[in-house]
Amino acid sequence: MITLTINGLQVSVEEGTTLLEAARFLGFPIPTLCYMEGLSPYGACRLCVVEIGDGPQAKLVSSCTYPAEEGLQVRTASSRVIKARKMILELLLASCPQSKTIQDLAAKYEVRQQRFKQEYEDCILCGLCVRMCEEQMMAKAIGFRSRGENRSIGTPFDIKSDVCRLCGGCMYVCPACQLRCTYTEPEKAICGGCANLSPPCVEKEQFDDMMCYMDPCVACEIEKKEK
Amino acid sequence: MEKLTSTNNFNSLCDIITTSQEKPPTIVISAGTCGQASGANDLIRVAKREILSKKLSEKICLRITGCHGFCEMEPSVLIEPSRIFYPKVTPEDMAKVVESVKTGDVLEELLFVDSETGTRYEKQDDIPFFKKQVRTILAKNEKIDPIRIYNYIENGGYRSLVDTLEQGEPSRVITEIKDSGLRGRGGAGFPTGIKWDLLANQKNGSGKYLVCNADEGDPGAYMDRSVLEGNPHSIIEGMLIGAYATGATQGVIYVRKEYPLAIKHFIIALRQARELGFLGTNILDTGFSFDIDIVKGAGAFVCGEETALIHSIEGKMGEPRQRPPFPIQKGIQGKPTAINNVETWANIPVIIGDGAKKFKKVGVRNNAGTKIFSLVGKVKYTGLVEVPMGISIKEIVYDIGGGPSGKKNIKAVQTGGPSGGCIPTELFDTPISYDSLAKVGSIMGSGGMIVMDESTCMVDVAKYFTNFLKDESCGKCFTCRKGNQRLFEILDDFTHGRGEKEQLDLLEGLAHVIKDTTMCGLGQTAPNPVLSTLRYFRDEYKTHIDKKQCPAGVCKDLIHYRINDNCKGCGLCIKACPQNAISGKKKEKHVIDEDNCIKCGACISVCKFDAVSVT
Repeated sequence: MITLTINGLQVSVEEGTTLLEAARFLGFPIPTLCYMEGLSPYGACRLCVVEIGDGPQAKLVSSCTYPAEEGLQVRTASSRVIKARKMILELLLASCPQSKTIQDLAAKYEVRQQRFKQEYEDCILCGLCVRMCEEQMMAKAIGFRSRGENRSIGTPFDIKSDVCRLCGGCMYVCPACQLRCTYTEPEKAICGGCANLSPPCVEKEQFDDMMCYMDPCVACEIEKKEK
Repeated sequence: MEKLTSTNNFNSLCDIITTSQEKPPTIVISAGTCGQASGANDLIRVAKREILSKKLSEKICLRITGCHGFCEMEPSVLIEPSRIFYPKVTPEDMAKVVESVKTGDVLEELLFVDSETGTRYEKQDDIPFFKKQVRTILAKNEKIDPIRIYNYIENGGYRSLVDTLEQGEPSRVITEIKDSGLRGRGGAGFPTGIKWDLLANQKNGSGKYLVCNADEGDPGAYMDRSVLEGNPHSIIEGMLIGAYATGATQGVIYVRKEYPLAIKHFIIALRQARELGFLGTNILDTGFSFDIDIVKGAGAFVCGEETALIHSIEGKMGEPRQRPPFPIQKGIQGKPTAINNVETWANIPVIIGDGAKKFKKVGVRNNAGTKIFSLVGKVKYTGLVEVPMGISIKEIVYDIGGGPSGKKNIKAVQTGGPSGGCIPTELFDTPISYDSLAKVGSIMGSGGMIVMDESTCMVDVAKYFTNFLKDESCGKCFTCRKGNQRLFEILDDFTHGRGEKEQLDLLEGLAHVIKDTTMCGLGQTAPNPVLSTLRYFRDEYKTHIDKKQCPAGVCKDLIHYRINDNCKGCGLCIKACPQNAISGKKKEKHVIDEDNCIKCGACISVCKFDAVSVT
């Protein structure tokens, strides 16, 4: 058992526990985007950063990947952490504003504006779809290609995959696709409608006739009314 | 070559190779990549032709080496033992040089002349560029032909390894390296002795790895290239000593693909070392086994980062991973791995041969030894310089580099490559050491030193390095990938006159968050060019934003080309302008149409009267 201190509270955890798991066990809230229980942690979104250490050596690390160490001092909401989270959320809103998951997170941490050039991307490269396909569906149909600005997710050489079973798991875990809209009044809807459904690699025509797996959504209600 | 099967064999070989006979005068031609690019191959051809046709093979030796460091004066020729130095030799003059060696004359008209003082220098060691250097590593490049292992042995090569094997105490080697205070020359400056101690303490189990990081991705840095091309055996010897000390079983050298000559020389060196018996199983009958594989990079700067390098060696995408666990605990294929830089390895035989005490005499406290810097940019004498730690920046730039190359004053120096920072002239008294450079907001890095003068725009510099890092980021961490893109966007706005006051604070805030939240060294140091230029040159940023002007005259959208009163109306610029933007009658002051002017600079280069002003 490893004993560490989180926000002043001592906790003992088993070896191999991550700081995120330990903090959530104690009830401290830490936002995540690319973390999902059941999939291996990746550390891409950087939202889960916490401050460890003391004095000038203190640094921020992603809590989802950092293993608990004996005697570690962890702070999940220091000013440095909050500043970082707000900037990361600004960057997320600047890239993918139509995602309700990101909107909710921004609202929760009181980020109401972003100061960058607005982009409308449909992928934040969190890698959840890749890990879902590899670890839970055992298909390994999609992966990361290239680096930096050109980094993308797709099948090898963009060739139609013969191991993809069209399970839709990749779409299900995608934060950019998640639109669990709960508004019943169409005028108050803030989501982008099902225009957000853009799975990384699977041909879209096959999904046209499939049922939207989400709960009845306002966009569908509006469409129905108009028909 | 017959394989050596014992340390006694080696001693006998040394006796045979090192003759006490006086060697005839030697013509040394530096033919590293820089030398060959400047025309050294022609000089070699002429030299060989002259020596053979005039039947001088018994009287004159020819030695072809790697880079000596005075790259501004390539292709250069050095005469041993007189140490006469001829810079920028042409093939036509080469025949004269060969003749002069035969007669023992000095060709005065071909000697190096200091353009400022007019002094003519005969011997290389008197030239100011060389005088303040302490050439522990680079001097060997002058003495050794990299593709001749006997040449290396003749100059004391492999002696440190054999002595180590004869003593038979691996822990003693680690103590010696620890005592020397050698710190990693790749940039982070981690004490090498401690790293080896940690590796030695790992359980042996299924093997341990030693890696030589020869990726050298920094633009403008080529120190490691000169050691790889000019003295590959020093790396092999260093790694063998390291393997013996730490119990490593396999070595890997990760070379960037863009160094074909280094790869070629290393392949030859490995082959010769194996033939002689220095690599393989049961080396010199001591029971010690070790061999080195070459793995080539594929053009990714991020693969210089140690965990990304390990992934690349394993055949995976060059993506860093979280540490802990550190490579010492879990490296290549999960086995304990120690990664060191080329220059660190090159220092190992020196420390074991001369002793830790002698090594520590050079340098300053906590920063022992020398460091090779690539001195480039707006300085008169560019090249590779090896200086003792503790020397001031001023001495390097002015005494060794010769001061500014143009008419403008020097403004700043960028150290540490794209991960480093800019240091303004006011701080040039700062001594070169890991700690003092970090204090002023830069880093030692792998040793790049770019000199900038008043015609360099610091906002443009920040933009250049941010662009580089944005392209080279692996893209995993959201803040590194998107953050660097956004940094570049804002800097791009500044340089095109679209900057707004609020963006300056946004730039700084974003830079700090990127530094804090990214996982690997690339992301953590990526904002350094921005942060250091903001720290020392904030006024330049403000001028770009508030006045929409570029004081250095670089950012094309913010400068104006205007013809001043020096114009004699000769019409040369009208003919030169690709946009037909200049008009004017003969002998009358010409005028540039600013709407069509693309600021290409053609008019400036043809004007003999300095009549084009850039404001």
